Amino acid sequence: MRSSKRSLTGNVQRRTLLKSLLAIPAAIALAGSPAVMADSVNTTGLAVTDDTVKVGILHSVTGTMAISETGSVQAEKLAIEQINAMGGVLGRKIEFIQEDGASDWPTFAEKSKKLLVNDKVAAVFGCWTSASRKAALPVFEQYNGMLYYPTFYEGLEQSPNVIYTGQEATQQILEGLDWANEKTDAKKYFLLGSDYIWPRTSNKIARKHIENVLKDKVVGEEYYPLGHTQFNSVINKIKLKKPDVVFISVVGGSNVAFYKQLKAAGIDMTKEKPLFLTISVTEDEILGIGGENIEGMYASMKYFQSLPNDNNKAFVEAFKAKWGKDIVIGDVTQAAYLGPWLWKAAVEKAGSFDIDKVREASPGIELTTAPEGYVKIHENHHLWSKTRIGHAKLDGQYEVVYESEELIEPDPFPEGYQ
Amino acid sequence: MNKVGSFIERYQLSHFIILAVIIFVVMPLALDSFRLNMVGKYLTYAFVALGLVLCWGYGGILSLGQGVFFGLGGYCMAMFLKLEASSPENTAIQSTPGIPDFMDWNQLTELPWFWEPFHSFAFTIVAILVLPAIFAFIIGVAMFKRRVGGVYFAIITQAVAAILTILIIGQQGYTGGVNGITDLRTLHGWDIRTDEAKNILYFVNGVLLFVCLFAARFIIKSKLGRLLVAMREREDRVRFSGYDVSSFKIFIFCAAATISAVGGAMFTLQVGFMSPTFVGTGPSIEMVIFCALGGRLAILGAVYGALVVNWAKTSFSESFPELWLFAMGALFIGVVMAFPNGLAGLYQTYIAPWLQKYVPEKFHWIVTNKYAEEKPVSATTSATTEGSETEDSSADTKKSEKGDLSHAGN
Amino acid sequence: MFADYSMAELTSIFAMQGFAGLILFSVFVLMALGLAIIFGQMGVINMAHGEFMILGAYVTYLTSNIFSSYLPESVYGSYFFIAMILAFFVTGALGAFIEWSVIRHLYKRPLDTLLATWGLSLIMQQLYRSIFGAREVGVTLPDWLMGSYAITDMIEVPINGIFVMILTIIITIAVALMMQKSRLGKQTRAVVQNRPMAAAVGINTERVDRLTFALGCGIAGIAGSAFTMVGSTGPTAGQLYIVDTFLVVVFGGASSLIGTVASAFTISQAQSTMEFFLSGSMAKVLTLLTVVIILMLRPEGLFSLKMRR
Repeated sequence: MRSSKRSLTGNVQRRTLLKSLLAIPAAIALAGSPAVMADSVNTTGLAVTDDTVKVGILHSVTGTMAISETGSVQAEKLAIEQINAMGGVLGRKIEFIQEDGASDWPTFAEKSKKLLVNDKVAAVFGCWTSASRKAALPVFEQYNGMLYYPTFYEGLEQSPNVIYTGQEATQQILEGLDWANEKTDAKKYFLLGSDYIWPRTSNKIARKHIENVLKDKVVGEEYYPLGHTQFNSVINKIKLKKPDVVFISVVGGSNVAFYKQLKAAGIDMTKEKPLFLTISVTEDEILGIGGENIEGMYASMKYFQSLPNDNNKAFVEAFKAKWGKDIVIGDVTQAAYLGPWLWKAAVEKAGSFDIDKVREASPGIELTTAPEGYVKIHENHHLWSKTRIGHAKLDGQYEVVYESEELIEPDPFPEGYQ
Repeated sequence: MNKVGSFIERYQLSHFIILAVIIFVVMPLALDSFRLNMVGKYLTYAFVALGLVLCWGYGGILSLGQGVFFGLGGYCMAMFLKLEASSPENTAIQSTPGIPDFMDWNQLTELPWFWEPFHSFAFTIVAILVLPAIFAFIIGVAMFKRRVGGVYFAIITQAVAAILTILIIGQQGYTGGVNGITDLRTLHGWDIRTDEAKNILYFVNGVLLFVCLFAARFIIKSKLGRLLVAMREREDRVRFSGYDVSSFKIFIFCAAATISAVGGAMFTLQVGFMSPTFVGTGPSIEMVIFCALGGRLAILGAVYGALVVNWAKTSFSESFPELWLFAMGALFIGVVMAFPNGLAGLYQTYIAPWLQKYVPEKFHWIVTNKYAEEKPVSATTSATTEGSETEDSSADTKKSEKGDLSHAGN
Repeated sequence: MFADYSMAELTSIFAMQGFAGLILFSVFVLMALGLAIIFGQMGVINMAHGEFMILGAYVTYLTSNIFSSYLPESVYGSYFFIAMILAFFVTGALGAFIEWSVIRHLYKRPLDTLLATWGLSLIMQQLYRSIFGAREVGVTLPDWLMGSYAITDMIEVPINGIFVMILTIIITIAVALMMQKSRLGKQTRAVVQNRPMAAAVGINTERVDRLTFALGCGIAGIAGSAFTMVGSTGPTAGQLYIVDTFLVVVFGGASSLIGTVASAFTISQAQSTMEFFLSGSMAKVLTLLTVVIILMLRPEGLFSLKMRR
């Protein structure tokens, strides 16, 4: 598994060693001309001038994923604008180069390479699906770039070149299941997801937790192809098996069809049982589903637009001022917003834009101004964060009904859940 | 005439040389390593487009599932590379070392049987060439023996592509699921991720493309090629003449599948991963447009078509991502309505006669073959009815036959 | 696997599962009817069929917005009917325009209509994205279409499902009557069977072509409008339907409306039965695979005239 869990320090050491080896003759040769080494904040030829620094934004603006990724682009642009208004990073204004991944994974790899090799950006904020990240990851590792990845995802990965600003699966799932178990005194669980890696891994973790920790029973586990729109059969199965908790990770257009048909089939989610718990429906998705179709649903995530803290109020206000008053903000959008701020903090701690120094500075970076509250980067490049349970209301917003007491430690390779 | 001339006329030869100069000299000199690698990626699509010229342009069989064969080739190569990348030392952290990481995440504890042979490079190469052909053969026998053709064939191949995509995504423990097979590193210990390796792969890709181009040229110029055209025009007459029509169709479909698979394998090598997105229905149709733009009867056109469309896609989406789909859509409609013979037709109709005016007569053979002026079929007339398009293409055949004869006379 | 359940539970589940299959059947018929006319009667492969459906959905969305902002609440419940009629005419008009500008030049080259309409579908997708945004839009249903009707304690049938079924029956009968009895229907069949002869007896074949194509697109619009009740409305949602739709039409035997209905019934029942016993993905794969294999063995589809070359 060196592929994904490569030693963070090993890589750094090798590079520093290499660099110092190279530096000796260079230093001898250049001993007489100190001007060459003057720009100490950027020793690796990134696109940094005295006034500006270039970063990349890489999301799908076209294609099927554009629906989901739009919010992330907006959040990243807002964060960059706010940072610039505060004077930028190390006195340099951020300029962004936006590239379109076009919902096509090789395009993500290609554009990552363009951003790193041709544009020499100091950081990239982007990718959304696991597949796009997996495609771009080797490029970031090869050319030593820094990627800030916003989506909650399945874990099982830890790259020195990525900061994961969303939650990995265990952070999101375990707290939610514990809460649901306590609330309903559940004995039977039904797992349902779209058919790809994130729901399958999430359900695997959920199943292990339900069977081994909660000592309860999973009465059904179902997957439907991405984009599937007919869910009457699975709804009948849910009716037949009478689970106490239905745990859902359906994504994209299927979501809309599923909740509409659930409602039409006479399942009232506002009732006590079964309890519907999702990890995939943010406020963004509710916009398409319609609040009336999803009222009463519970969601387990780290952020909801309705979080009552002051950071979040200011964030929501700024977001609406920039992108329109009707816009909604979901979990991933907020995580994308954290990216530029975490990068700024790391650059300032390191006193340099150099990727290696930013990487070294990153673990331990804290952000007290995050809309979700306090967050901190873990050694494994994921964020410590709280998990919250939201209760969907008719107007398409979540009411926060529970919040974990402590920050939850990210654990991308959870023991006992693999 | 020398031996090459027996299936490539002088005029054709000059165009082959021009393309070779563009691919092997101009591109590497003009582009940096990053852009060159991108061109290399586009050229892998040219394999598919070339396969389509054979089976659609000449055989009259439109397959909307060529992505399946591209994907099969790509997956075979990816499986080999993944096994090499998952050596027990590299994967020591896993609960079962020595198997690809995604299998470990899916609780597989041993390598599935159909992965085993891909430890061998020789087997992989054979699989790339033969597996897609076998798959095409099965589809072909079932369909062509029952005389299913045209539209029905297109729709069924499209469904096959859809099925395969769902299957690959669903069986993620065995296939890597929607993420595909990623993080490929070395080929027999040779790191394929370095710029140097990518440059070399670009040239390997170019050479393979020319091998396929020559093979295609050979097929078209052989008796088989002429039979295919005859079948496309009047299948019943060919059948009544005593030929087994379906075998020829099956053959050309298999040949197209193999050529596409070579492209897929080269894609995996150059891009470093393979995913089910290339197998789906969307990319498969997109590949048809590469062929249509180049000219469905022009094997060199296939290469230019793939290059032009992808180049436009990249540069358009860099500057106007929102407008890209409009441009692409307009291209589809425009090519079909105004230039059914694509760039090749455009060249023959407008550019070649214009060039002829300025090129000394001695060098006319570079610009066009001497019978070109007999055939100024304007795009509009050929667009009106199939009849005239048929004449157009059969004129093409007659003309090239004459070309052959004249060379024989030489 | 049934040991855990009582007889009553099983009966009601099978009843509901059968009903789920019927809803799926209605959805398939609605999707395929328009295409059966365009592809089966005219031989045009309309890859933009899904986008025409989504146009109907967007028309419904707009109508619902207009009703809720400008008209009194009491008439909101009826917006759905207006929306469907509007959807029919808007998509029909666009269909007529597309026929006039693109399709009529390509009648002799069916495979090229495939490419041209694929291009058209890309353009329509991007248009939707530019106008309505990349996100899905939520269409609010009138109250009377929501919820379900409980037959027994266990058996509940969704009201919008019943609505879709009734709608399907009405449209299918209307289309069948029209093709058999009306002047346009007779003319269409005449043109399909023998174009020069039809023209010779004084039928304006161009007009017939245009109306037929417009009719097919209009029905797609109604289907799209109805699907706002069960599915999603977004720029790329139309793509989800296209493979299924074509398979239904081809499996039925392209030139036969009865065939289309029969094939929709077979495929939907097979799929919903398999979905109950297998996981959703595998059910889908098996259904498609079975259809493809049957088509390989019986290429002319379920109901068809022998039309070998």
